[in-house]
Amino acid sequence: MDISSLISSLLGGAAQGVLWGIMVLGVYITYKLLDIPDLTADGSFTLGGCVATVAILAGVDPILATLLGMVSGFLAGAVTGILHTVFEIPAILAGILTQIGLWSVNLRVMSGKANNPLLKADTIISFYKDKLDVSQSQAALIVGILFVLAVILVLYWFFGTEIGSALRATGDNEDMIRALGVNTGHTKLLALALSNGLIGLSGAMVAQMQKYADINMGRGAIVTGLAAIVIGEVLLGRVKNFGLKLFSAVAGSIVYFIIQALVLRMGMDPNDMKLLSALMVAIALAIPVAMRKYSIRKNYVKGDLYASEHAGENSVKQDGNGGRA
Amino acid sequence: MIEIKHVSKTFNKGTINEKRALDDLNLQLNEGDFVTIIGGNGAGKSTMLNAIAGTFPVDCGQIIIDGNDITMQQEYTRAKYIGRVFQDPMKGTCAGMQIEENLALAKRRGQGRGLRWQMKPSERSFYREQLARLGLGLEERLSDKVGLLSGGQRQAVTLLMATLQKPKLLLLDEHTAALDPATASKVLSLTREIVEGSGLTSLMVTHNMRDAIAIGNRLIMMDRGHIIYDVSGEEKKQLTVDDLLHKFEEASGMEFANDRMMLSK
Repeated sequence: MDISSLISSLLGGAAQGVLWGIMVLGVYITYKLLDIPDLTADGSFTLGGCVATVAILAGVDPILATLLGMVSGFLAGAVTGILHTVFEIPAILAGILTQIGLWSVNLRVMSGKANNPLLKADTIISFYKDKLDVSQSQAALIVGILFVLAVILVLYWFFGTEIGSALRATGDNEDMIRALGVNTGHTKLLALALSNGLIGLSGAMVAQMQKYADINMGRGAIVTGLAAIVIGEVLLGRVKNFGLKLFSAVAGSIVYFIIQALVLRMGMDPNDMKLLSALMVAIALAIPVAMRKYSIRKNYVKGDLYASEHAGENSVKQDGNGGRA
Repeated sequence: MIEIKHVSKTFNKGTINEKRALDDLNLQLNEGDFVTIIGGNGAGKSTMLNAIAGTFPVDCGQIIIDGNDITMQQEYTRAKYIGRVFQDPMKGTCAGMQIEENLALAKRRGQGRGLRWQMKPSERSFYREQLARLGLGLEERLSDKVGLLSGGQRQAVTLLMATLQKPKLLLLDEHTAALDPATASKVLSLTREIVEGSGLTSLMVTHNMRDAIAIGNRLIMMDRGHIIYDVSGEEKKQLTVDDLLHKFEEASGMEFANDRMMLSK
């Protein structure tokens, strides 16, 4: 086995995992804190990539282009937020509507092309690649780690602030926090916008790593995000600290993409990866339910479970005749 | 002063389930009134509290707190005037958040929330003091998740949260009904301590007639969406449970057909 090629594909997987990790943090906000699986993700991820690549090709500074990708995701999330909070469309449907609409928007952004190659254009990643004289994957990994750390720090701070705490409380007990004077429509809208801002940022970074944006690059992003969160919980489920929980989501993303790199190396058809992700999430969600149902059946006792405690007690004898002789 | 004028509310208008839950409700509360509310099932007790809190919009009339007409205000807007404790102990707190986080959320009721860090060390000692008043040992468990507490403990914390930022009006909706008798009486005595201690204007729905007579300075009885009996001061102190049952039959022309209330006689 060629060790150096193995290492390079592991490195590539890790770099992807870190950059996608920013998206996973976005999914974490809506799914874990608000209990909304927000399907906008598939569209806003692609949107971030499209906007960033188009801006870069138009000569915009790569850092600014990346931020534009983030802002575009933020706005997409706000659209879902308005549909959900102002017009009371169920969150999942609101997400689907935005996602479908974004498919057309994304094509418009790329002037009707299905993909938008960056070719030799400068990106954030190529900047570090040239400066540090490392490979594309290594540069992506370094840039990704810097961004992820910054995002985790900002999120940790934000969710400790008054607004951030009110947002967490909205996911925990909406009636209660409304009774304490918080407009829960606003907190939900903000959460959806922030979440998709991060997802757009992630899309912008991933596009720069792979050197192109593609109309399909976000397909199934939400499932990838959920899978990464699930893996993170399996690996680091015991952590209590909020910052570490965010970190575990990114760790889950890294493991997910390393697994993907390995199974692809072993010759799996890349097209089967989506099925694998869907199965992974479905199984992770199904296991606790199945275990609960199994334990109810298994623990049921037909006779008197507490017979030893009841022995000798002077209880009323039932004879099947309503107690009458 | 709190005024409720000609408030009505019909649920499911135009359907077979149409129900006029509040029907020309009028009530005036003076500063510091501690009012107990009794009445049969469906009399409109909880509906009145929810109408005041803004859980749903009313059809007509006015609700005025200290001269501010809050009738059409959103629930979260009028929350600055109103503290609430619900019947369900799970409803008043965030289970997944720490005790001190819950208190910090409640401390900011009715105030602007910004990007200031929420937990301040100075506040923490204040919360510890306040929790010590409950006498439940919770002052040593500031960073425990509220989900770890029993129903009674959660209800005591909710009561504290509702009054941490002194409300113009405290709404207690059968807040001891879901607790076991010993815990219920503990929470009830805490309620009296807090309400009477700070002279809070309060409305307390209860199913226990003896509590309704013993607690507070004023008692109102509701039936079919409005108030049918309103008594306060010395007259209230002289009341007996039989008086109340009699009053109810007299006013409504019906037997007091409420098992829960008969049992708690």
